[in-house]
This record gives sequence, C-alpha cells and structure tokens, in this order.
Amino acid sequence: MAHGPAVGPRAVLAYLIRRLFAAAVLLVVIILVVFGIFFLVPKWAGVDPATMFVGKQADPAAVEGVRQKLQLDQPIFVQVWEFFKGLFVGRTYSGGGDVTQCSAPCFGYSFRTEQAVWPQITDRFPVTLGLALGAAVLWLVFGVAAGVLSALKRGSLWDRGAMFVALSGVSLPIYFTGLLASAIFIFGLKWFDGQYVPLSDSVTGYLGGMILPWITLAFLYAAMYARITRATMLEIMGEDYIRTARAKGLREPVVIGKHAMRSTMTPILTMLGMDLGALIGGAILTETTFSLPGLGQAVLQAIRTQDLPVILGVTLITSLAVIIANLVVDFLYAAIDPRVRLA
Amino acid sequence: MTTQRTTGRKQAVAAAAVVAALLSTAACGGGDDNGKDGKSGAAGFNAANNKVANASTAKGGTLKFAGAQDADSWDTTRGYYGFAWNFMRYYSRQLVTGATAPGAGGTKITPDLATSAAKISDDGKTYTYTLRDGVTWEDGKAITSKDVKYGIERQWAQDVLSGGPVYLKDILDPKGAYKGPYKDKSADHLGLKAISTPDDKTIVFHLPQANSDFEEILAMTSSSPVRADKDTKSKYGLHPFSSGPYKFQSYTPNKSIVLVRNTAWKASSDPVRKALPDKITVNFFTNANDLDARLLKGDYDLDINQTGMSPQGRTTALKQDKGNLDNPVSGYVRYAVFPQTVKPFDNEHCRKAVIYGADHKSLQTARGGPVAGGDIGTNMLPPSVPGAEGQKYDPYGTTQNDGAANITKAKEELKACGKPSGFKTTIAVRNNKPVEVATAESLQASLKKVGITVDIEQYDGSQTAGIIGSPSNVKKKNFGIIIMGWGPDFPTIQGFGLPLWDSKYILDSGNNNFAMIKDKTIDGLFDSYVKELDDAKKTQISTQINHKVMEGGYYLPFVFEKFINWRSSRLTNVYTTDNYSGMYDFISLGVNK
Repeated sequence: MAHGPAVGPRAVLAYLIRRLFAAAVLLVVIILVVFGIFFLVPKWAGVDPATMFVGKQADPAAVEGVRQKLQLDQPIFVQVWEFFKGLFVGRTYSGGGDVTQCSAPCFGYSFRTEQAVWPQITDRFPVTLGLALGAAVLWLVFGVAAGVLSALKRGSLWDRGAMFVALSGVSLPIYFTGLLASAIFIFGLKWFDGQYVPLSDSVTGYLGGMILPWITLAFLYAAMYARITRATMLEIMGEDYIRTARAKGLREPVVIGKHAMRSTMTPILTMLGMDLGALIGGAILTETTFSLPGLGQAVLQAIRTQDLPVILGVTLITSLAVIIANLVVDFLYAAIDPRVRLA
Repeated sequence: MTTQRTTGRKQAVAAAAVVAALLSTAACGGGDDNGKDGKSGAAGFNAANNKVANASTAKGGTLKFAGAQDADSWDTTRGYYGFAWNFMRYYSRQLVTGATAPGAGGTKITPDLATSAAKISDDGKTYTYTLRDGVTWEDGKAITSKDVKYGIERQWAQDVLSGGPVYLKDILDPKGAYKGPYKDKSADHLGLKAISTPDDKTIVFHLPQANSDFEEILAMTSSSPVRADKDTKSKYGLHPFSSGPYKFQSYTPNKSIVLVRNTAWKASSDPVRKALPDKITVNFFTNANDLDARLLKGDYDLDINQTGMSPQGRTTALKQDKGNLDNPVSGYVRYAVFPQTVKPFDNEHCRKAVIYGADHKSLQTARGGPVAGGDIGTNMLPPSVPGAEGQKYDPYGTTQNDGAANITKAKEELKACGKPSGFKTTIAVRNNKPVEVATAESLQASLKKVGITVDIEQYDGSQTAGIIGSPSNVKKKNFGIIIMGWGPDFPTIQGFGLPLWDSKYILDSGNNNFAMIKDKTIDGLFDSYVKELDDAKKTQISTQINHKVMEGGYYLPFVFEKFINWRSSRLTNVYTTDNYSGMYDFISLGVNK
C-alpha cells in the first residue's frame, strides 16, 4: 500500500491477482511447515507417527494399517502432493480391505473419529463464526466509541474511567472473566442457561448461550480497541489536514466524522482483520470456558488426542481466514481513507 | 486459534482470583441443596458404593450423561476405554457378561445371549454355548451364532480395526494363521477355525490351550456380535448396529450421543438389562470445571468418564453436596516402575533403596490424599482382583510410621547395591497428567534425602507407546524410574498383570512390561494360572504372583486409587461395580422423571 493518485479498474484487478497469488503461496508454505511439524519432527525425535494413531495395544498390524492408510511409508513430498490433490479432487484412503472416500475439498481424514476433516470443520464453523462476529460487533461499537470519546474528552473523568476499564479488560484473561461470568450469571444468579443451542433450533436459546461468550470476548478486545482508537485519534487530531479543515470553517462533527474518523479507522480495520481471522480459526479459550462446540474446541480435542489431520485442517482454515480477512481489509482501506490507493 | 494477549504474572493472579470467586459464588449458588447431605433427595455419602441406592423399577425419563472425553471408539471391537465398555452394554450384548450387582458381585460371569454358562469340555479347551430364543438385532432379525463369530473375528482385522483388546486373538489363534474377515476369501467370511457354528443357535470355541479366564474375556464387549451386512468396517463406531435395549439415534464425535429405545429388543430375552430410561443422552465438554459445575447444578446426572471430579468440583461438592458423592476404589494402582535395563536398576538393592527412600504419605498427598487419591499402595494387586490382600500385604512396611520414608533401610540397600552415597537417575512422567508430575516431584524430594538425585523428564503423554513403550528408547534416555498407573482389563490377575509382568509381553513398541521382568517363576505361575480351572487355586496363584513381583522390588506402588464420583439425586438403581473398576453400572441406572 502506498499513497498515490487514483488508479483504474485494471490496476485494481492486477492488485487483486497479486494479492491472491501471494495468499496462495503463503498457504502452500503453511501446509509445508505444518506437515513438517506433524509428520517429520516426530520421526526425527525417534517416534513413529503411525504409533500415535493406534490404541493401548500397539499391534504391529494396526501400526502397519495406519501407515498404509495415511501413506506414512511414502516420501514426505508424496504425502504433501496427495494432500494438495485431495483439496481439489478428493482422496481415497485404503488399507486392509477398508476403503474410505474423502470428497473434495478433502482437508484430510481423522482416523480418531473416522470422519473427514472438512465436514467436521463446516459443522463447527457456524458456532465459531457466530461467536467471532457477535463479539466483534460489540467490541467495535463499544471499543471504538469509548476510544473516540476518550480522545475528544482527553483528561476528563470519562477518559480516565474508560481507560481504567480498558486497562482492566486488557489485563484480565478470558478464563478469568469467562469463569467469573459463568459463576455469577449461570451458576449463581441463573440468569442464563449458558448451554449452546443452534440458532436454527431456538433464537432465544442461541442468545442465552452466546450472550456471555460475546460479552466476555468483546470485553477483552473492546479494551484493546478503545486504547488504540484513543491513541490514533489523538494523533490524527493534531494533523495539519484537520487543522486545515477547521480553518476552512467546517463544523466540528464534520471534521471528526468525515476526516478524523476515516484515518482513525485504518489501523482499527487492520487489527479487525487480524483478530477476526484468528478468532474464526477458533477462540480456544472462550470456547473451552463456555463449552461451545466450535472450531477452537475441536482443535483442543484434536491436540489432546494427537489427531493430526484435524489440527492440520483447522490450522489451514485459520490461515485462510486470516489471509482473506486481510485481503478484505486492504480493499476497505481504499474506501475508508481517500489518501490510500492501490499500488 | 485465539489471540488473547496477557502477561504470565497477570494470568497467575487472575487464575488465583477466579478460583476464589468461583468457590464463593458456587457455594452461594446451590439454592436447592441440602447442606452436607447433598441435593434434595440425595441418598447420602457412599450410599451407592458397593451397594444399591434408590432401588426402583420405574421406567421412563431421560438419563443424561456428561463427559470431558469421548470414547476412543464406540465400535465394540475397537474401544479400550473402561467407561466405553460400560456404556456399550446399552447397545450390545455378549454371550456372557458381568452380573448386574454391586461391588465384587459385578465380576461374577452371568449368561447374556447364551442360555447358560459354557459347557466346558476337553480339559478346558472346548467351550460350547447355546443362544437364547428371541434375541434380535435392531431391525428385528434374529442374532445368530454366526453373528457372534463374525463379531469376534473382527479382532483379527487389526490393520483396519485397531485399538481394542485382542486377548481372544492371542488365545484362539496364537500363531496368527487367520487374517481376519476382511481378507477372508470364504463366502461368509467366517474362516476362523477355532470357532465353529454347527447351527444358528450353537457356537463352539476350540482353544489350542486352556485358558481359565476365557469366559471373563468373552464377557468383554469386544466379543459382541456384529452382523456382516451391517459392518461398515472402520466407520462402524459412528453408528453401531444394536443388539441391546437401546440404539443410536445420533452421534457427533466429541459433541453428543443420543440413544433411544430399540423397539425390537425383548426384555424377556435379556436377564441382565433393566432398560429403565426411555432415552439416554451424552454431552461432551472440554472444560472439566464447567462439566462439574453443571453436574452440581443438576443439568446432568453423572459423568460418563467416571474418573472422578476435578479438584475444584470435588472441593465444592464435598463441602455442600456430600450426599451426592461416592468414594469408590477405582481398581487402578498408581506406581513407579524401575526398568532393569537402566543402570543401576539392574541391581535389586538399588531398586529397593528407592522403595524405602520414598515418602509414601507425601506420594499419597500428591495423588490427592486419602479420599481423592486413595489408600497408600503396599503392593501391586488392586483390591478388586481375586487374590489381592490390600494393605495387609505390606512387604516394605510402607504404611508404617504413617507412610514416612525408611531412611535407615534405604541406606542399607544403597550400601548393598554398591552405591552407599547414592546415585543419579531420571524419572519419566507424562506431561499431560499434572498429578503424576506432582508425584514425580514428591519422589524427587524424598529421594534427595538419601542421596539419590533424580531429574524429571516430562514427555508427551499422548506418545506413551512410542516413548516409554519402547525399551530401547527407555534405555537410551536413561529412564530409571517411570511413573504410571494400571487397571485391570478384566478383574483377574491375567486381566491386570499379564502384560506387565510376563516376559512374553515384552514388546519393541507399545511395551507395558516396563520393568523388563524376565522371571521364569512368574512366567510359570501365569502358565499355571491359565490352565487352572479351580477358582480357589486361581486366587492362590494370583497372590503368589503378586508376592513374587513385590519381592523383586520392580515397583514402588503409590496408592490403591480411589476417586470422588457424582450421582444426581434423580438416579435410581445406582451402584458401583468392580466389573468396571468402581464405576457406576450404567446398564442398571434409571431416573426419577
């Protein structure tokens, strides 16, 4: 990104292609690194990855069966190639007379749960997406508003109070605020049932299960957003173009709303892209604290049981989410901040 | 993944604060509790420990399980978790099974699909069973002897159906001649020669060598029938085809299970299962504290995992709902074991120096104390196994002086092993078991006092089979002390000690004979045991084996494990059973609607 003159649709398209290409390369690199971590490192440590998939009695036939099905006996580049192929054309796992189909997009197959990874991800994705989006709305509204007001009323009681709350929010980990909220509102006052109910089953049940996770997660992030917004706003309010706008006789709400806010939103959007992308990959602590059956919970279970294909699949989805979110943010820059143009 | 950003110190302070807040809030939250006597209607502390609490024959209602961990597999051939075997009896039947009776009564083998116990002939090498009338699958078709044979044959398909116990495979086909039903070229895939099915009602087992625990092994859920046309191979565990009183309505791994009544099941054909609830649900949580809080709140009836409450939940429950708790013996022994391949543990006296130098009281405390941890372990045989003597057999005087270390004896043993000033070694402990890490630290502290210096190496607990299960790796890493626990697969010395102590079970990978015991006397006693059909003599041999193991100084037992288990006041017919290591016997449970 750079400051510069406006450019036409062709440049936008070229930029889009460049970014998509970079994203694809990044994904490939991530797949290679993750493969290395999960399948090569254990080998170097003297552990046969196949033994991690069998139970208490490591029957040699069982180990061999896993090795055959997962193609662990093949060179690593063959394994990686098969994985890539599976994403586009699906994959067949076979061994010992058992054939398992994994339809495209095949993100791997879990031999712990005997399920393809992709349906597991899509099954849990709405929970995590709902959590991330709901919390994002709350933290954006309250965090940015608190930050702007603090900046505009710098040094006031409001500013000090808001920043104190923000500091508390940043300092308190989710398992503190989450458990405290559960203990008080679910198990103490019993205001909420606190159990996840799919939106399709009951709107009120869904809200009852999600409201505390949203607030808890938003509390942490709103605090950070408030502080960033305040700092950015204060900096921008001292810029020449703001002074110029005021000198031109523009009303203060216009100066703030049209000029200052646009610039303030640039770093906020950057953060939002990163945070949303990462949260969509699974808010492990929040989902664990509130027992939400989302991607974070799935990946935690997978880590506990060394279910490598699931870990790999969720890692890739997280990477993809971060990349896409950043891509969207990059394009939003241009719409929000007139100083920014594609280059 | 998450991006929560905090500092370690802030997190520690916050964690301490949240525990305090939770305890105080939870203590205020039990509006319907009845103080120390438990929730309203609670049967009382230990009311279901080896006895029946809330006896009832009332049917109906939904029995609600919650759990922190899903089964390794719900396929009867593949599951190896004790709670899974317990739960599988809802949807699977066996030729014989453990009796539905409290405590030791649960270990008595009783006919299930079979009309009676086996007719044993040919010096204990032939077992014949006849199937009952009216036994059916969930689609109403009759369960045949061929279905039983096919279900057992699946144990041979380890390359597809890994994970479950393979005792029958080793007993019926020790040479591994049969390759399993999926590689079986015969039309009915029933080529295993050791089992014959002369008609649909009769099944005969031909053992190459007698095994006196054969019926105990047949009683395991891994011996359940499976119908060949319903066998989805590796995916069978996602929706097993029911032969029991309940069938799967839905199952999402790591999320939930719903079982509903199998309308084709006939109560008249099943003397074991009462089938009281109309519906059985299981919800899985990743947060053990949340799970316990929900048990206390009354959202669920019991923990499907049956491994005891979390420290936080336990503290709260003992304080305000003690009447809803039981404190059974789990059947597990927690211990340290000394691989003889690692010097100086090839020397018996060096091993015994560690046993005497350990502070047993401190080890018990590290395990959770006498209530949540268990009684101080004095030998290696769990109290639930016939032949066990409990704390009466205490060859190293571990309970003397309130479990304190015997420094004098430890120093004598060190002198006898040629290391009067002590030695250095390494303790290997699983990193995913905080209590085991605590016991390692306790052992480290007490051994330091006798001059034995130990480093603690925490290894990836999920890779146990490849790390401490590999004798060459153990030797290479110099793991002189390994911290582990073990419970019986079935409640006999064979079901507990064979993989631990018989030299034939030393494996290159997945080894459980960590001490590398190669004692001809012990091997011989196991050989005698499996041939012995007289129960009294079997018990005697079990005691002898335990004594031989203890005399060798291969193990330092920590505790005969106990745990704190929650039962809701709604539960009826609730009791613990030795058949499933002190768990509640799921199949008998009912609920007050």
